[in-house]
Amino acid sequence: MLNNHAKLVRFFSQCEEVVGRKRLQKMIYILKKAGYPFEERYEFHFYGPYSEELTLRVEELCNLGFLNETHEKKSNYHQYRYSLTEGGEEFLTHYEDMPFKDMTEHIHNMNEESSRFLELVSTMLYFDQLSRDECEEKVRAVKKKMNYTDDELQQAWSFIDRLLN
Amino acid sequence: MAYKDEKLNEEKVFKDPVHRYVHVRDRVIWDLIGTPEFQRLRRVKQLGTSYTTFHGAEHSRFNHSLGVYEIVRRIINNFENRPNWNEDERLLCLAAALLHDLGHGPFSHSFEKVFKLDHEDFTRKIILGDTGVNAILRRVDDNFPHKVAEVINKTYENKLVVSLISSQIDADRMDYLQRDAYFTGVSYGHFDMERILRVMRPMEDQVVVKESGMHAVEDYIMSRYQMYWQVYFHPVTRSAEVILTKILHRAKELYENQYSFYLEPYHFTSFFAGEVDLQDYLKLDENVVMYYFQIWKDEIDPVLSDLCKRFVDRHLFKYVEFNPNQQMSEWMELHKLFQKAGIDPDYYLVVDSSSDLPYDFYRPGEEGERLPIHLLRPNGELKELSRQSDIVESISGKKRTDHKLYFPKDLIEGLSNRSKTKKRILEILYG
Repeated sequence: MLNNHAKLVRFFSQCEEVVGRKRLQKMIYILKKAGYPFEERYEFHFYGPYSEELTLRVEELCNLGFLNETHEKKSNYHQYRYSLTEGGEEFLTHYEDMPFKDMTEHIHNMNEESSRFLELVSTMLYFDQLSRDECEEKVRAVKKKMNYTDDELQQAWSFIDRLLN
Repeated sequence: MAYKDEKLNEEKVFKDPVHRYVHVRDRVIWDLIGTPEFQRLRRVKQLGTSYTTFHGAEHSRFNHSLGVYEIVRRIINNFENRPNWNEDERLLCLAAALLHDLGHGPFSHSFEKVFKLDHEDFTRKIILGDTGVNAILRRVDDNFPHKVAEVINKTYENKLVVSLISSQIDADRMDYLQRDAYFTGVSYGHFDMERILRVMRPMEDQVVVKESGMHAVEDYIMSRYQMYWQVYFHPVTRSAEVILTKILHRAKELYENQYSFYLEPYHFTSFFAGEVDLQDYLKLDENVVMYYFQIWKDEIDPVLSDLCKRFVDRHLFKYVEFNPNQQMSEWMELHKLFQKAGIDPDYYLVVDSSSDLPYDFYRPGEEGERLPIHLLRPNGELKELSRQSDIVESISGKKRTDHKLYFPKDLIEGLSNRSKTKKRILEILYG
């Protein structure tokens, strides 16, 4: 019961805080691609892979008091922050047997990177069935406005290689 | 004349209860409608198990797909000669609109969950594989199937084209809200679509709405909000969905344990084995599924038989509100009590959350999270809808989640009145 919620709570228990919904979306997608058994269904949206299921599940975790959500108004949008509550920690004690590899190193590595970079990595992973050249061409086509440089693409490939090996 | 430009000698029309008429003039569209893969959508219900709650909700993905095509046709008729609109993409938009749900299988939400399938993946396979649909699209040009698949997968370069079929105010939603309202018979779901279509404008990357059309859009957002709670999240529909999911789990488990079915489940074996190819997928429609459920009612396995009787004869699970924050220990106790009573909790005690359902609300969200609806002001500036509309802002921040606990009340009541287990189960469930 609520195993998919518990997996997300486990993720938050290994982060101090996640700043930004976009970052959260991309982090879970990247972890999923790295083999972590998150089951949220992703589709390609305007800004890359996006999961409505994840959005709603996080909202449920907040409503249940397992996650703390704060938001601040920026000029044209809101920015959200998430952290685990005591209730969330208590909830997790019911799932101690749930097999789940440690994510802290990946989380740390992702937190070192900007949202822009995570958007690039997750978009490249979305097209992982293509060859490298085709993938780069596709990413440049669907992310025209982001103007990713060759250098950023190269860094993203290195990040993906480290993630998957 | 090139196939892509061919028109029918006379316009064909489909009488439609929502849009009055669906108009077809392009030969390509007419030919696509006639393919076996598109005709199969007649045998896949648009609202899955909702017919158990709303008896009229028997409409199909075929009806809906024609509806989405018709709305896109009307939108792009209005776009003609406007800046940012490329008339060369007209046929691509129409084909993608018509075929956007092509990969939906029977009761697709439950099937996808249990068998780890993805209908979008099958849409792509039908469009790109050895099918009637692919043969027609290839007659337009060799790359056309690929382009149609990309629009549906939302990875097509021109995001304006994608946003007609998939955005927070798209033809897909505008059709299903009105169609589902019509067939369920509810009084929500109505909004002034004609007005919205008139004020939609093509921009470089998206469709926007003139500010003067804001109130029509507010109505659309309100309809969406009401339909979610009144129709899509209806707890009785969810009960049927819970049982359906459990039937599929049980049948799969039995198959994996070499159970000898009374009737070999040929149509399901590749699903059970996790090796579904396109041909297997296309053969399994809702008529076939219901046939097996009817047969499985007489299976020797008591769980499969009971669940199928419940689903086919609409003898559904009851439910109570459930708060995982406060009731986790009660749930664990219930689990043990069910085992003690001989009612397998893996099949008969289910927590269902709103996030398990495939529907979404309007969300302005965070920058870069998801594209919101933009209003076009007279000075050319774009404003996010909830910044301009108090009505939309007021429902954008509401709590929209709930959890329910489903169980077979009749089996619990069937336990001996002297049983302490029964007494305790009822105490936990009903207080």
